[in-house]
Amino acid sequence: MEILLEAKNLSKEYVKTTGFFSRARTSIKALDNISVNIKKGITLAVVGESGSGKSTLAKSLIRLIELDKGSITFKNKNMRTINGDELKGTRKNIQMIFQDPYASLNPRMKIIKIMEEPLQIHGIGNSATQYSKILSMIKKVGLVEGDLSKYPHQFSGGQRQRIGIARALILEPELVICDEPVSALDVSVQAQIVQLLKSLQKEFGLTYLFITHDLRIVRHIANEVIVMKEGKLIEQGKTDIIFRNPKTKYTKELLASIPGNLSKRK
Amino acid sequence: MKNNILEINNLKVFPNNNSRLKLVKNISLSLKKGKTTCIVGESGSGKSLTALSVMQLLSSQLRMSGNIVFEDINLLNLTKEEIRKRRGKDIAMIFQEPMTSLNPVLTIGYQIEEAVGVHENLIKTELNKRVEELLNIVGIPTDRINSYPDELSGGQRQRVMIAMAISCSPKLLIADEPTTALDVTVQAQILNLLNDLKLKFQMTMLFITHDFGVVEDIADDVAVMYQGEIVEQGRVLNVLKNPKHPYTKALLGCVPDPQGKKDLKPIDYSALKRAMG
Repeated sequence: MEILLEAKNLSKEYVKTTGFFSRARTSIKALDNISVNIKKGITLAVVGESGSGKSTLAKSLIRLIELDKGSITFKNKNMRTINGDELKGTRKNIQMIFQDPYASLNPRMKIIKIMEEPLQIHGIGNSATQYSKILSMIKKVGLVEGDLSKYPHQFSGGQRQRIGIARALILEPELVICDEPVSALDVSVQAQIVQLLKSLQKEFGLTYLFITHDLRIVRHIANEVIVMKEGKLIEQGKTDIIFRNPKTKYTKELLASIPGNLSKRK
Repeated sequence: MKNNILEINNLKVFPNNNSRLKLVKNISLSLKKGKTTCIVGESGSGKSLTALSVMQLLSSQLRMSGNIVFEDINLLNLTKEEIRKRRGKDIAMIFQEPMTSLNPVLTIGYQIEEAVGVHENLIKTELNKRVEELLNIVGIPTDRINSYPDELSGGQRQRVMIAMAISCSPKLLIADEPTTALDVTVQAQILNLLNDLKLKFQMTMLFITHDFGVVEDIADDVAVMYQGEIVEQGRVLNVLKNPKHPYTKALLGCVPDPQGKKDLKPIDYSALKRAMG
């Protein structure tokens, strides 16, 4: 299978000075020598509790965070050295969906403006072709034309996440990084969004890096899983195999925390 | 009434200026002593309004009618002062987002002490001892007593809220989505803690959630709410194994199956409307 993104030995340390005047420094290894390959057309889930470094990993892949060490190759390009137009062109190909749809949409922009912006930044089409592109995308995520003239606050949480998805996909990326896209949603809305992401993946041949702390969702969306703890990659493999035969104590603990499993331990 | 600590009869909640618009439509629910009852439903179903009604903490723009009987006393007939004496002492509540419920500029020790001091007349040394005892019970190291809320993790903050809630040994604890904002591992810890406390102090719990997985973990009885009504209620195993109402079935279809055998089925609201007639 073709490898879309190859990350090798990624490391990132956050240094914090403690106290107001003191020079004492503590450091946290957010990423500790992590290597990951993302294969084209699959969903790779990154699982771990908060503080495990999963969001740092996601952000470092599109260089929203600069790494201390390591190499990232995306479609034969070295992500850590490219700059300017080349970086911009590559970022168009890797888009991101965020956890909090309330915080990731500008409250003062109408949906049409939110959707136009990425197209304008990357200089795609004229205003007429842009509009038809936006319209077809907004329909694909289950919204209607009339929604384009509304503001984010006029939508529910699930609808806002649909807008976030449409904004990410309007640039026709190959890799979509989903950072806990359903964690803030009710189970009923969560089910809708997971199904939507699955059907869009099929339609556009997308590759997903899907970050979550909920293993139940992993089972429904991911082909492969990596498990992270304290910045380290502690287990990886096919979803089925990890669920059936977890190797590490930590993965077993995560599986036991799945809601609905607690009562079975009693 | 003997086995029931709380009985809600024909509770209706509506806006002051539009009494025909019912946000909670005539619900009745009894809580058995020492048991955990879950109210499960989507956002907007009225589950939080029901909980707030019991605490009489509804927004001033809302009104309610019906009866809420707690240990043979109708809470709706009490004066504000009488309610205030019971709130926090007989009936306590914890919320979804612990950070917004805690005061960011006061230490957690001070805040727990305040909760104890409101209802119990203790001298300073006794108060200190009681706060340390409570921290032990909820599993926070006592050397964190002078920490501020932002120095604690989300799970620890929720433990502080729980310490405050159980500080006066309430008979009824209302928990409004206390684990929704937490990671699954931390969620499991908090659910275990609540369950242990319930047994240890023989508390009754009213637990609100949108996740049937959590219901399975913690509930003895369950009530399913949809559009302001309770559409189904019963023992948790019966409802999970043999759901009767079309909405209960639809909501169960949204819960991801950890075995991956069942497909995720988003609720088809138009089919649901037809099924409900």
